[in-house]
Parts: sequence; structure tokens; C-alpha cells
Amino acid sequence: MNAMTKSAADLRRAARDHIRVPRLETPFHDRLMAISEVNDWYNWAGYKAPHSLTDGELEYFAIRSTAALFDISPMVKYRITGPDAERYLNRLTLRDVRKLGVNRVHYTAWCDDHGHVLDDGTLFRLGVEEFRLCCQERHLPWLLDSAFGFIVDIREETEEIAGLALQGPTSYAVLRDAGFAGMERLKPFDIATFPHEGGEVTISRTGFTGDLGYELFVPRARALSLWDRLWTAGALHAIRAIGYGALNQTRIEAGFIVANADFMTAEAALRADRVRMPDEIGLDWLVDPDKPNFNGRRAILDARRNQTLKHILVGLEIEGNISAEHAIVYHRQKHEAGLVTAAIWSPTAKRNIAIASLERPYGSKFTNDLWVEIYAMRELKYQKMMKRAKIVPRPFVKLARRTATPPGLK
Amino acid sequence: MTSFDAIVIGAGHNGLAAATRLAKGGRRVLVLEAANEPGGATRGREFAPGFRSAGLAHLVNRLDVEVAKDIGVDLKGYENLLPTTVLDGSGRAITLHGAYGESIDGVSAEEQAAFAAMRKKLIFQAGILKRFLRRPPPQIGAVSLGDLSTLAGAGLSLIRKGRSEGRDFLRMLLMNVADVTDEYLTDDRLKGLLAFDSTLGIHLGPRSPTSLLGLYYRLTGDVAGRTGGQFVPVGGMASIAPAFLRAAEKAGVTIRCATPVGRILADRGRASGVVLGDGTEITAPVVVSAVHPQTTFLRLVDPAESGTGFVRSVKNVRSHGNVAKLDLALDRIPDFTGLPVEARNGRIVLVRSKEQVETAFNPAKYGEFSPDPVMEITLPSLADPSLAPSGACTLSALVQYAPYRLKAGWEHGKPAFLKIVLETLERHAPGIGKSILAANLMTPVDIEAEYNLPGGHWHHGELQADQLLVNRPTGAASGYKTPIEGLYLASAGAHPGGGISGLPGWNAARHILSGATA
Repeated sequence: MNAMTKSAADLRRAARDHIRVPRLETPFHDRLMAISEVNDWYNWAGYKAPHSLTDGELEYFAIRSTAALFDISPMVKYRITGPDAERYLNRLTLRDVRKLGVNRVHYTAWCDDHGHVLDDGTLFRLGVEEFRLCCQERHLPWLLDSAFGFIVDIREETEEIAGLALQGPTSYAVLRDAGFAGMERLKPFDIATFPHEGGEVTISRTGFTGDLGYELFVPRARALSLWDRLWTAGALHAIRAIGYGALNQTRIEAGFIVANADFMTAEAALRADRVRMPDEIGLDWLVDPDKPNFNGRRAILDARRNQTLKHILVGLEIEGNISAEHAIVYHRQKHEAGLVTAAIWSPTAKRNIAIASLERPYGSKFTNDLWVEIYAMRELKYQKMMKRAKIVPRPFVKLARRTATPPGLK
Repeated sequence: MTSFDAIVIGAGHNGLAAATRLAKGGRRVLVLEAANEPGGATRGREFAPGFRSAGLAHLVNRLDVEVAKDIGVDLKGYENLLPTTVLDGSGRAITLHGAYGESIDGVSAEEQAAFAAMRKKLIFQAGILKRFLRRPPPQIGAVSLGDLSTLAGAGLSLIRKGRSEGRDFLRMLLMNVADVTDEYLTDDRLKGLLAFDSTLGIHLGPRSPTSLLGLYYRLTGDVAGRTGGQFVPVGGMASIAPAFLRAAEKAGVTIRCATPVGRILADRGRASGVVLGDGTEITAPVVVSAVHPQTTFLRLVDPAESGTGFVRSVKNVRSHGNVAKLDLALDRIPDFTGLPVEARNGRIVLVRSKEQVETAFNPAKYGEFSPDPVMEITLPSLADPSLAPSGACTLSALVQYAPYRLKAGWEHGKPAFLKIVLETLERHAPGIGKSILAANLMTPVDIEAEYNLPGGHWHHGELQADQLLVNRPTGAASGYKTPIEGLYLASAGAHPGGGISGLPGWNAARHILSGATA
């Protein structure tokens, strides 16, 4: 039946067919589905993504002890190209893009006119005039409106480009054995491209675990063959597919923040006091006042000069071993000082760690005598605990193998 | 080379008013004008051999007395207020004398009384709004003592008249003019005049919500303290630009014409001067842009220097003109049926009813011109014989609705619209067609090109509720300062708006001189 013979009702139905798939499947879905023992899925930006596949604890230790394979395809990806791409991104984001070399990646963030963070992400420089911006939330209208006056082409490629994170001490060995030659020369935040099945795979030494690790990007059609290539080579290196639960533990250990988990993005925040400036979520080091003008510059520098910054993001070490997730932070056990946004008992640091957002002057002027109130549900009864918390630097876990070049094999 | 404390872009009357005020405040000021002569939209031009048009404006109805006095603009003829005559084609004219119809001929005694009551009400209400004209709009988040006293003054003047006046003000403020005229008047022609005056130059019909604001705006203007008055200075409209120029030169302002600005220099949020079209750099700590805000921020300032949100809001300023300007060269003075001879030097409005204005607006919503347009007419050569050869005459008309974005395109639309306009004129002044030596119709597209006015909109942005006061031209650039330090707005696109008032420029200069940072 062709379009001419279809009834209007059929066409209408076809046009809204997307509602039949409330969760999209990533290019790696077939492999993940085959491995999944626990059927523990969650919604990542509209995609069905595993929270865990087999066992959370084993998955965590795959990251820290062997090699872990994590599907990052749902990450939002934009391809930004053109003669003004560098100038455009320099105005859009906080860091100086002129300093980002070809085949390099940097972590950055971007703000609205009021200096409130819209998102953070990684910027890949694939060529002199070619970039990929990866982030948590979708920003196409903002990116397009920012393009006024620039010769630049902006395209969302989330659907077309599949992504895999390969993280852990044996990840380099996996890649080497998979036939990606010369990987040992890749320093952190370097990018290299390799042929794969008649196409190309882009590999960067990046990740969200604070460990040795890589991220691989490939066109959707070659996704499964890439997975198989790594899987086969990884067998001897104890490769394991993991879900977000394990990854989240390692990112907390690494001290990384997650948009709309550790801070509200400016476009998602409904309440006026929920938005955050870079300095309020530990991203002050990204702000480069010496580079040309960028979105939010004036507001950020004004807030610094006038000392109107209201919040601060800190790392906490908490006594005991009970995770303080979403616990309220107190000063002198009395005055409310803020909220824990992420917390775990760290198996690697062997410490009870947390990331917290505090309301200044707590965390800036008053840094001692902080407490968290943990509500632990014990057989239908909350057990309330007031635990001492100490501000400590992030990352909580610092691994020499993350940056060692050439990387180790185990 | 001389150094300057301030560069003003654009030698329109607002640019010159700003420059003069700044110079009188002790600043060394340079004005840069793209055209060969100063004057902006009041710049005259020869539209046919031997016939000159005095520019876009053909009447003065809101030149601020304090501005004129302060900067030394010495126009004469304030005392001679011009009448407005409404012609509906029936041959029975209504003529409003004095300041906006202090007395009226051509309607019944009851209608005269009704009009007087309405006039009194509207002038009182406009008087409350007028308090906000001579100062920058209050800044949200940084309301000053001056703002509070203006607000308190407005409140007090309401209370003084009793509670019901206050209630009526709030009731009427955002009403449409059609309903207001229905409340007071019965004569269709008078209602038509008010409908026309409320909407001239604005993309609204008389039945559109808030259309009364246009009339309020008109009635915040005065001539020598007489609200709603209109006059043509001695020497005609062509004497306005020279008067502003003289004032500026006397104050020591340097003016360079035929010197288009290519770019405003800005780096990391601070303006530092301009780059001319020929590449010459001129630096100054203050740059005053007396051209359209969209030209300023979308063309002259590198968009990289503005925030994405700000560029977005500037792009969203609605600034598409609706009015075409017609200049006719006639071999004799036209004879409008029913027009009293003594009202010939005044304003002639061709309108039958507010329904006609509303119906004329309808096609404009969909990108078409009015097949039955409404217009106001003056005969400029009567006040300034130099505009036409002896015995001949010029006619100037503002015709609406002629939307900037004509669906069919103006290259096709213009001859068709001109034909309609000339036919309308022929009905009101039989024989005028034969006396036409030349006709020059400027659509908003032509106005845009001739006067560097984006959208061909003489207010530099719609004069509607969402683009007034703290939102003129847009929130982050209201109050003359802009997100770029050292760069100020001083055109009709800034508060309070268009018309030959001098207020946007003068207010901007005073704001700069006050040294206020907020």
C-alpha cells in the first residue's frame, strides 16, 4: 500500500507512531538484552538503559579491577562545523576553545545570559573547523539561537552516533588486542581515529570513572560489530558490560557532578533559587575571564566582585559507613546548611563520601562543625543519625593509572 | 586628531538631541551620520524635479518643550496650532480646532459635549502616563527614589480626582479604542478619527486589545503645553533638522555626514569606539547609538559580544512598519470636497468610521495591503513654498495599512497600492488625478532603505504594551544603558518611543551625564 491509497486516518496514525515506542532502544540494545540477567532498566534521555545487567557489585569492580563496557549512546551529541565554529563555541562555553587543539577533548560548561549553568559536557575537537559537543540535556534551540552572526552548522547526531565507554585498568589491553594500534601514545583527553568495518571509529582517552579509560564513537550501523570486536578481545581481560549504578559509584569517587542530579540546569529549574552559577557548583575553574566575551561572563564576574554567590559545592567525608544520599547538612547540628546530592560508601577509598551543595557562608566561611542527618530505614522505622562531616578535596579517589602514559596492561 | 568623550551614531533628531545635551554637559561629542545630511527621518529629499518632500514626518505634535529649551532648538510657530479635518467622502467635514479639538465644527451640540468629556478624560489619563516620559523607565530590581516619586506622583494625581477616576484609569488603560469611542460618541466619523489616531504607525486595529495606548501616546505629546496640539514650524518641516543641527553646533558638537559606521568596537562587555565603513577606528569611552536597536545589536555590535538570550530578545522586537508615505507633486492646490479653506493648512484625515479602520487592518494581518485604506494628509508647500515651484503644490500622506512583509512582494504590490491610494484621493478631491505631475510612494520597504530604518518602522519597534517602558526595546537594554558597558541607546527604539519629541536622545544623554550605573 503506498501513500496514495492510505486513508487520511492511516496517515494520521502513522504520523504519531512514535508513541508506540515510549522508550527508544540504543544501537547496542540487542547485545545488552542478551546479557541482561536482572532486567533492571531505567530511562536515560528517552532511551532504555541498564541500571545494572548482572550484579552491581561485580560491575563496580569490573571498572576498578578489569574492564567495563558501558553504552553511552543516549548521551546528547551535537556536531558543530564551519569557519566560525571555534569562535562560536568560544562565545557559547566557559573555557577558551582557542586553546583546544585538534584531536583534543576538554570538559566545559555553558551558561545563559544570567550566568546560570545550562549544562556541562565534553567538547571534542575533531578538526580545525569541526567539533562534537556531548552533554546530558538537549539544547538545539539554544545552540541554534546562539549561532546568529556566525558561519556555523549545528546538527544533533545523538541518534546517528553510537557511543561506548570502555573503562578500567585493562581497557588499554582490550583495545590493543582488538587491533587498535598505537593506543599507548594516547594521553588523557587525546583523540585518535581508526578504521573499523570500512568506516571509522573515534577513540578518545576520556571517561566518567576517574580510571584509565576510553570512549568510542561510531556510526550507528557499525555499532554492533564494534561491540563484538571489543567483547572478543576483552574475554581474556575480564571485560564486563555494566549499568549506570556501577558507573555512578565511580563518578562520585572521581568527584564528577551530574546535571539535574547535583545541580539543576537553568532551563530545567522551575524555582528561581534553584539555578546555579559555575562558581556555585565547583566549576569556577572553567571560567576564563581573559578570553573573548562568552555567555554569562558579565553576570559571573559581577557575582564574584559583589560577592553575591549564594551556594557552594563541596566534597564531604562522613563518619560511619551509611550512605548519606539526600541528607540535610547542618552546621553545629543546628543550622541547616545544605543538601547532600550524591553519596556512597566508597569501596575503593574505604570512606563514606558525599557531594553536597551548601548555602554560603556554610562551606565558604564556616567550614568546620558540619553534620549530616541520615535517615536510615530499618524495618519500617527511620533510624536518625547525626554524623560528623568534614569538607575534603575532590576527587575522593585519585588513581595514577588514569593519567599514566603509556598505560598499564592490568 | 581630536579625541572625543562620546560618539553618537546617527544624526537624526534624537542623535542630535543626545549629542547636544552631552556637549552642554561638558563632553566632547562626535556625531557620525551615514547619509549626506543630518536629520534622519526629518531629512528632506527631492522626489520630483522642482518638488521636495520634507521627510517622513509632516507635522510636529510632541516636540518636548523642556528638551527644545534645554538644547536650544529655536523653532517658531508653536502658537499657531493646526486644525484636523475629517473627511468621509460625504462632503460634510468635521474640523477639530485648537489642541486636539478644543472646539469642533460639523457635529451636533450633544456630540460636541460628548467629545469634550471624552477628551478631558483621555487627556487626564494621558497626563498620568506623561510623568514617565522625561525620565528613564524604572529598573526592575533597582528602583530609585526618583522612580518612587514618579510612581507616587502618578498615584497621588489619581487619588486627588477621587476613587472612581483611579478605577476608570485602570479599567481603560489596556482597552481598545473602538469600545472607548462607543462609550462616549455617536458620530461614526469622529470615532473613525480616534480609531485612526490610535493605530497610525502601529500594527493594531481599533478593535485590537490595548489599541487605546496609541491614542494615549499621542496625548502625552503637546505643543507649548497644549496637549494633543500639532503645528508646522515657520519655514516648514524642513526647518527642523537645521534647527537641531544649529543647536548641536552651537553646543560644540562635531558632526560628520556621509560617514557610515561599520562596527561598534566592543571587547568583553565594554564598548570602546567605532570602526567606520572605510576602516578608520575612532575610540571613545561612550558610544551612543541613536539608530534602530536591531541595527545596533544585530549588525554593528559583534553578536559574540552579546549574550544569546539578549540577541534572541532583540531579534524578537517587533518592528515591521504598516504605513506608506505618499508624496505628490501637483500643479495646483487640490480641492478636497467639504474642506474649509482655512483648514487647508492643517491635517486632513480621510476616514469614514472605526469599522473602516478595522476592516483596513484585517488584510494587514495576513500580509496584504488595505483595499480601502485610511490616511492623513498635509499640504507641506503651503507652509514652505520652497518645496514646490510657484503656483504648484505638494501633498504628503501617511497611508495605512501597508504591511512591511507584503505577501505578494512590494515590487508587484506597489503599483496596485498606489492606484488604490490615488483613486481614494480622487474620490475626495475630484480632479486631483489630472493635476498630479509626479507621485512618489514609499512603502515600508522603501522607507527602510531610504532612512536605514529596519522594517520601515518610524517608532523603531512597535509601540505596544509589551515593548514599552521597562521593555523598550527589551528588558536588558531598557533605560538607555545596555548589557555592553559604555554603549547606550538613544533612538525612538528606546523609551519613550517615536515621533519628533527629542526625548529618547535627551533622556539617554541625561542618564549618561548622571553617571548612573544601574
